[in-house]
Formats: sequence, structure tokens, C-alpha cells
Amino acid sequence: MADANNVPASAGGKRIDEATGTSTVGHEWDGIEELDTPMPRWWLWTFYLTIVFAIGYMVVYPAVPLLDRATAGLWGWTSRGELARETKAANDGRAGLLRQIAATPIEQLPGKPELMQAAVAGGRAAFRVNCVQCHGAGAAGVAGLYPNLADDDWLWGGNLVEIERTITHGIRQPGDDQTRTSLMPSFGRDGMLTAAQIDDVVSHVRTLSGKEQPSAASARGAQTFADNCAACHGPAGQGGRPFGAPNLADQIWLYGGSRETIAASIHSAHAGVMPAWGQRLDPVTIKMLAAYVHSLGGGEEFDAAGPR
Amino acid sequence: MLPVLDSPPHPGEDAPLYEKRRAVFPKAVDGLYRRIKWGWMGVTLAIYYGTPWLRWDRGPYAPDQAVLVDLAHRRFYMFGIEIWPHEFYFVAGLLIMAGIGLFIVTSAVGRAWCGYSCPQTVWTDLFQHVDRLIDGDRNAQLRLQRSGWTMEKIGKRTLKWSIYLFVSFWTGGAWILYFADAPSLVRDFWSGQAAPVAYATVATLTATTFVLGGVLREQVCIYMCPWPRIQTAMLDENSLTVTYKDWRGEPRGSVKQHTGGDCVDCNQCVAVCPTGIDIREGPQVGCITCALCIDACDAVMAQVGRAPRLIDYVTLQGAEAEKAGAARHQPLKSILRPRVLVYFGVWCAIGAGLLFALGTRRHIDISADRDRNPPYMVLSDGAVRNAYTVKLRNMESRPRAMEIALLGLDRGVMWSDDMPRGQAARALRRTVAADQAASVRLYVTAPAGTPAQDFRLTVRALDAEGGSDTHKVRFDGPGDE
Repeated sequence: MADANNVPASAGGKRIDEATGTSTVGHEWDGIEELDTPMPRWWLWTFYLTIVFAIGYMVVYPAVPLLDRATAGLWGWTSRGELARETKAANDGRAGLLRQIAATPIEQLPGKPELMQAAVAGGRAAFRVNCVQCHGAGAAGVAGLYPNLADDDWLWGGNLVEIERTITHGIRQPGDDQTRTSLMPSFGRDGMLTAAQIDDVVSHVRTLSGKEQPSAASARGAQTFADNCAACHGPAGQGGRPFGAPNLADQIWLYGGSRETIAASIHSAHAGVMPAWGQRLDPVTIKMLAAYVHSLGGGEEFDAAGPR
Repeated sequence: MLPVLDSPPHPGEDAPLYEKRRAVFPKAVDGLYRRIKWGWMGVTLAIYYGTPWLRWDRGPYAPDQAVLVDLAHRRFYMFGIEIWPHEFYFVAGLLIMAGIGLFIVTSAVGRAWCGYSCPQTVWTDLFQHVDRLIDGDRNAQLRLQRSGWTMEKIGKRTLKWSIYLFVSFWTGGAWILYFADAPSLVRDFWSGQAAPVAYATVATLTATTFVLGGVLREQVCIYMCPWPRIQTAMLDENSLTVTYKDWRGEPRGSVKQHTGGDCVDCNQCVAVCPTGIDIREGPQVGCITCALCIDACDAVMAQVGRAPRLIDYVTLQGAEAEKAGAARHQPLKSILRPRVLVYFGVWCAIGAGLLFALGTRRHIDISADRDRNPPYMVLSDGAVRNAYTVKLRNMESRPRAMEIALLGLDRGVMWSDDMPRGQAARALRRTVAADQAASVRLYVTAPAGTPAQDFRLTVRALDAEGGSDTHKVRFDGPGDE
């Protein structure tokens, strides 16, 4: 280049750019050169400010890692403390509502939609922690093991009061004298009925819900049923809630509705259990759980005259 | 090719690593463009400070502030328009229009945004007027800058910075009024009852206004702002720029010995420049095209009896033509050309599209979310039940009665969690509060044997205005077992 501003190569190729009068940094890429424009002074101040900020940050917040902890910082801030504060604030915010729910008898909750909604929401959260392990996240239970809570079939009663009582005292829980309890005999295993008799009863039971047409076997079974089963399950097999005896005339079968599964249930009885949650959860949480379970679509209205 | 200067020459190899700011003390000037700037400054500041105080009657269920960004309730009000979060595309459309609007302005009149409307320019201008009010014009400011800390200087600086602080505080204070009801927020603010975020926002914006407008000023335009770089790429040979007509002005000389050029080297163009550049060096990043140098130069040309507009708004093409002997370029010509008209067409099309969408949007809406766990439920009588969480949206600012109905699923009925199954029907009524979305839990039941199928949930407003919406949902069942 015949540029008068060119400096000797010994200066690292630096030269003064003609248009701006600024020195270049001395590098060239395919004819493109970089100007060595000085940084503005305010930029330097900003840089110093960030250093000052960093020092201040290290002093007031936890910063320097030690062997088993970090420096605490002047403000004593911790993320755990922050969580505890936020949790406490959330709990304090809910306290008034929880007090009102606690003071309201459960059968009166539906008359106070605001409390009912809060109870259902709180119950949903508690359900996810305590109940989903058996009854499932959708409360649909597990066929053959745990009852479906979202349908309209209830072993022990489906209004708010009965659900609350079932949750509080559990099912067949020793140590709780109000627990729901009953014992269906194992008719086959204990030799109370013969295999043929059981077979006849199965035929009869399946006619109750229309799964089979009446037959000679079901006619024989009807008599056996009346003698052995009707005391709890009722003469028409409609169930008996005081004993947790399931309705045999509907379409819902906890332990299965096929011939084999019904025969197995009669031969060796099931006796499902549920913890008495009153021993583990506070009464408000149980009340909210009952409200949630009741809201799942099959809840029954409370009748002050008593369970049917 | 445009020679681009972003700072005046440095002494080459000896340039320091960091450059101290060269303080700018722009001289007061009067003229056409200064008066336009005065007027426009009044308009822009009035819009900024005044808008939150405009009222707009929306009835008893909505705020009566004309422009309000209600973050707490997720609503954006702008005069007769109310935007919900799901309609944010209107805001996106407005932002796109603002962007294209800048393209139009830039291709037509160059960096007019920088020179007249940019908040950085407007507030810097305002602060520079405060400087002149307290310290006097350029020369007095220079003297004061050089003097030691006399009582006079301490007094003037205290007064000036107090005014800066007041303006900055007012600027931050006006900002928060866009986010809450202005009169009550002002009351709460001064009685100490406003939200902490309001005080923090005012403090932050006070600080940024003070620093950016009172201290950094033209350095924001030269070093920090990306827009000058973008605009530099968008200017073409037909864009108006403030240009020193070197073919007419050079060689410059004193008034008495007329050396051939019209420039008398009085340096007034440099003295009035708010960014401290010399326009005679050619187009440069530091020039925000505020045109104050045109006013200054015209005044000098009038004094020495030479033709005005030695510095002028000229396009690059116009400058070439004028250099070759053509008559003075008519700036209006550069505005009506295809590029500007295409931008304008696109801008209008988007605007028309937005207006159309705004005029035809629904004010009633239904959406449904089906329970997936469990997907369906067999009831005691064998019927199949599906559960849905339905949202009804009422975008009118009054409560509305609505009817939800089943369309399809011929033997289906539905009920909700606040009523017994015995009342199940094909249609349910609900009243949705003004300007709210209501959630309804729906249980839809069909007799045993109903196959899985799609059906529709419809909503219909029961008042005189009417309106309806439908939503397709799935009904699931056990199938053949």
C-alpha cells in the first residue's frame, strides 16, 4: 500500500486509519482491520461498580464455601429460610379458611360453596400425598385390590359424614374401636359350603345384575344365598352398608364379576383394610379429604334421618 | 461509500486505553427545527405524563382508566379495547407495526426517531434546557465547569441536580401509573400504602433517568444504543440525512476574506450540537439528525448575507445531483418512493388485519379439558361417565347468563359437582361474572353400551346480544368387553 500513514512492519503492522485518525490494532483479515478505539471512561466505572457490587454481595450473602458449610453473610439469608418464610406466609394466609372449615360440621359444607371449594382443593393436595398409593392418582382404585372412589358405589356409605368417618377410623384397623369392621366367612375354605353349592350361588348372584339368565343352578343357589348371604348382602343382594357388604346387584365388582372371581371370593373371603387416618392426620385435613372424595362424582347427599 | 466517524480523531499510537468523556455544552439556538422540537417535546412529554390520567367509562365491572396494563388481573386496557392474555397477538401485532413504523420513518426521513422522538433525546434535551436555565448558556457553562468549587458553583450544582432529581422522580412516578388506577395509586404512594414494587420501580426509573439523561446523555446514543447501527444499515441514497454541503462550503474561510466557500468556520454548528460532533466531517453515527445545526447555520448565513441551507436535510442522491449543478433538492420527493410506500402498505395491511380481528373476535368462549385418569367410569347401573373441566369465558364487562348444552352423544346427559345426578339434563345454565372465566365441572353420562365417540359442548349467551361457541371433546367408554 502506498498509504502515507503506513508505519514500518516493525511496529506490528499498526497504522493510523485515515478516515478516523485512530490507530489500528495491527491485525488484518482479508483487508479488514480493527480500529483500536479506546473504551469510554464510563464503561470503566461500570466495571469498577460491578466489582464493588460483587464484594458487597459476598459480604451480605452466603458466598465462600468452607469445609462443611459456607460463610453465612451479614443478612443471614438462606434459601431454606426463604422457603420456610414463604411456607409460613402461605399457611398463615390459609389459616382463617382452615379455622372456618374446622368449625363447620361436614354436612354443612355444601351450603357454603366458598368453604367447600377450599376444602376440595385442600383435600386434593392431601389425597396426592396420602391416598394415591392405593387408590390411584385419579382415585379410580385398582381392580381386585382397592375400591374406586370416583364411582357411585359405596361399601360403607357415600355421604360426607360417612366418608369422613371411614377415613378417620379406617377399615378393620386394630386399635381403633370405631373402625369399620365386618368379616365375611370363607365359605369354601372353612368347609361351610361345598364346591357345588358355591357354584350354584355364583349362578344366582350373577342373575342379580343380569349377567346370567335364571337357571336350575341359580334357583338352587337362591336358597343357599337366602340361608347364608342375605343376612349381610340383603335378600335381593343389594348390599348392607353397616357391614360393608357390597351391592351384588349392580355393575360394579371390586374383586371381579366373572364366575371364577366370584367363586374365589366366596371360597376365600376378602377383607380389605385401610389405615385409620385419624391417628395420622389432623381432623381438618380429614374433613377436606372427605370433601374431595365426595366431589369425585359419586358423592351422595347427607340425609339427617340416617343412613339408609 | 460513506465515511463513517464515530468519534473525532485520536492521537494514534498514544491513544489511552480509556477515553474520558468530552463534556458537551450545547448552545441555545432558535429556528424552524428548534421550534418543531419544542412543540414535539411538549407533545411527547404530555402523552407520557398525561395518558394515565385519561378516563374511559367501561361500566361498573371494569376500571375506568383509558390506558391500563393490569398485571394483577392480566388485562390490558386501551381506550375501547380490552385485551386478554390469550389475545396477546394483538400486542405482538402492535409491536410489529411499531417496528415497521420505524422502518417507514427511517427510509423516508432518516433518523427522525433519534432526533425528535426517542425518550433519550427528549429527556436529554429537557435536561440541557435545565442546564441553560440554571448555569446560563454554553460559555457560562464552560466557565462554571472550569471554576473551582465556589459557593456559587455549589449552589448552582445543588439546584440543578435537585431539578434533575425532581424530573427523574416524576418520570419514574408517571411510569407506575400505567399499571394501576392512577388517582388511587398516587394517594397510596404518598401515604406509604402502595406495593413495594411501586416504590422500587420509581426508585429504579428515577436513577436511570438521572444517570441516562443527566450524566451519560449522548454517550447512550454513541456507545450503548444498537439502533444507530441498525439505522445506518437501513439508510439508502434516498434517505434524508442532515448534510453539510461541502461543495458549497469549502474551502471555508473568514467572512472578510471570501475564499470561495460559503462556510465562515464560525463553529456554530458544533456549538449547538447536543452530541458534540462536527457535521462538516460528514454523516456519522453520532449524528441523531436533530437538525439544530441547520438552524444555527441558517442564522449565521442570514447575518453574513449568504444563501441559507448550507447545512440541510438532503438525500445522498440529492446531494450528488446538487453538486452536479441541479436545483435545491426537494425533500418531499424522497418520501413518496416505492420503498416507503411498500413499508407503508405492509404497515396498513397489518393494521387493517388487527382491526378486523378486533372487530370480529368472540366475546364468549368455551373450552373443555377431559379427565384422563380415569378415562371413564362405569356406574352402578352400568352407565358410562366421563368428566370434563369446562371453562366459560365472558369477555363483556357485565355478568352474563349462559347455557351449556350437549351437541351429539344422543342419549347423553350431564350434571355438575354442585347438583345431584338426579337433575342431570342435556343443558345447564350458569351465570359467568363480568370479565371473568368460570370453571364448571361436568359429568357426562351415557347408557351402557354407548360407543366411544366425539361430541360437542356448546355455550350460548342467554341475553339479547347472544353469541355462542362450541368445543369438540371425546367421550370414552369401555368398548366391547
